[in-house]
Amino acid sequence: MIIKGRVWKFGDNINTDLIIPARYLSSTDPGFLAAHVMEDADPTFASRVAPGDIIVGGKDFGSGSSREHAPIALRAAGIACVVAKGFARIFYRNAFNMGLPIFVSPDLFDLVEEGDVIEVDAAAGRILIPSKPAAEVAVAPIPPFMRDLLAAGGLIPYLTKGVGR
Amino acid sequence: MGMTITEKILAAHAGLDRVEAGTIVNARVDVAMGNDATAPLAIAAFREAGARKVFDRRRLVLVCDHFTPNKDIQAATNCKIMRDFAREQQIPRFYEGGEAGICHVLLPEAGLVVSGDLVVGADSHTCTYGALGAFATGVGSTDLAAVMMTGELWFRVPETVKVVLRGRPGPWVSGKDVILALIGAIGVEGANYRALEFTGEAVAHLTMADRFTVANMVVEAGAKNGVFPPDETTREYVYARGDRDPVFYESDPDASYADVLEMDVSALEPQVAFPHLPSNVRPVGRVGSIKIDQVYIGSCTNGRIEDLRTAARLLRGRKAAPGVRLIVAPATPEVYRTALAEGLLEVFLDAGAVISPPTCGPCLGGHMGILAAGEKALATTNRNFVGRMGHPKSEVYLANPAVAAATAVLGRIAHPDELKGVHRL
Ligand code: SF4
Repeated sequence: MIIKGRVWKFGDNINTDLIIPARYLSSTDPGFLAAHVMEDADPTFASRVAPGDIIVGGKDFGSGSSREHAPIALRAAGIACVVAKGFARIFYRNAFNMGLPIFVSPDLFDLVEEGDVIEVDAAAGRILIPSKPAAEVAVAPIPPFMRDLLAAGGLIPYLTKGVGR
Repeated sequence: MGMTITEKILAAHAGLDRVEAGTIVNARVDVAMGNDATAPLAIAAFREAGARKVFDRRRLVLVCDHFTPNKDIQAATNCKIMRDFAREQQIPRFYEGGEAGICHVLLPEAGLVVSGDLVVGADSHTCTYGALGAFATGVGSTDLAAVMMTGELWFRVPETVKVVLRGRPGPWVSGKDVILALIGAIGVEGANYRALEFTGEAVAHLTMADRFTVANMVVEAGAKNGVFPPDETTREYVYARGDRDPVFYESDPDASYADVLEMDVSALEPQVAFPHLPSNVRPVGRVGSIKIDQVYIGSCTNGRIEDLRTAARLLRGRKAAPGVRLIVAPATPEVYRTALAEGLLEVFLDAGAVISPPTCGPCLGGHMGILAAGEKALATTNRNFVGRMGHPKSEVYLANPAVAAATAVLGRIAHPDELKGVHRL
């Protein structure tokens, strides 16, 4: 799986309240959530993000609440994957359970600029930045069980297809 | 090599003799919980998967607490989805209206969680129940849907960090200060993916309420779960309330720990977490002069009867400073009733407080106490992220109920001892 897309940069500690504020949690409509995604971090983001874009984050991305509204909002906004220095535990789980690919890379953040196009090659364990041919960043491989989850399209398809039983 | 209490509970529920940190196991779940922010998504996923019946109608608990009493039409719709589902599946433990309280205070209080349980909740503060010597962790709605379908879930066995608490806490120092100081020391990622096991002689001086508060906030350091090995205090609590037989696990003396941290709680002052991270902690004596617009006493962290008693002790005969809005929310109907019987609600009313029904409301900026731009709140809750209690340009400071009461009276963040010079009315 190679994911190629334009980069949006966010810093450390992008918690779930920033990804989708609690005031919108009474809705579960993906389109509505996408319209408010990242609102308190960057109020203009939702109107500028395009399908296939990639978010590059800092430390502890997705900390805070267990709200699946966060990966839903990101996915509905068209985010193809998130690459961060690290992820909070529940967000990590939720992302795979929902079929949103996420990757841990401590080094990418400092090498890319917003608007750069990057290529995440999960199988090869590397990220390329075509505009900076010298720059190639290692990315941690996805554990086999998570890979199965992603391949199935998330936890529920994984279970209903009987793979998990 | 022995096992930790966390490993033992996971092994027992996975049907294995032993498990090791880092492996992924499929484990049986004793209790699963969803609330009005997360259960509707789980119910939708359950239906989408074509599932018909929940794994065990007595082991699924549904609580309407986040946006209740229903804040708006959406909130009402979410609770209706849960109500209809509870009826259809004949789920006895569906809580709403006058029976509902904040889930993490309600479940232990109602005896639904006992020592040795494996509990998952679609809410990050599900880790609270670790105070009882259970393995309890927060998951997402899809995980909850999977449990509703199968009664099982995948878990990566976490490494355990032992936290040895030494000494004896001084006056006005509570579980809240212990956990805030720990988060301050190790940071918001300090225990990421790990279990925190609390031991040491100071644990004997922590009440059940203190332990719930500590376990509640382990997720603020990134931990998967927090656990207190059961002792006399635990046994007394679960035998008085539990609806099933508890199992008391202990870590083996030769269990392996990823790290061992020590903390002397006798040296601790009440702590205050500054915006916008729970790890931005300072002792209250070094806070400086910070004027506060709103004080909130409540939540799954500090909305128990013990917390209200502490606050009432300081507020009795005193008033919130002019310009300070004081909001008190008993966490459950039982806490509310006890506070009423003990005359605490009158103390709060006399102090000028608004008394909220049991709800998450203000804690997550849902309703019942939202902040405007530029306003500062001191809250007994667990998170002070940007916009947590309202406008993104508002600020939240976290502290224990005694600091909250003193702050309400003086209108600035204050040590409870500072009230000594403030005359009672
Ligand atoms: S009181 Fe606050 S932290 Fe606790 S469950 Fe409710 S919203 Fe979450």
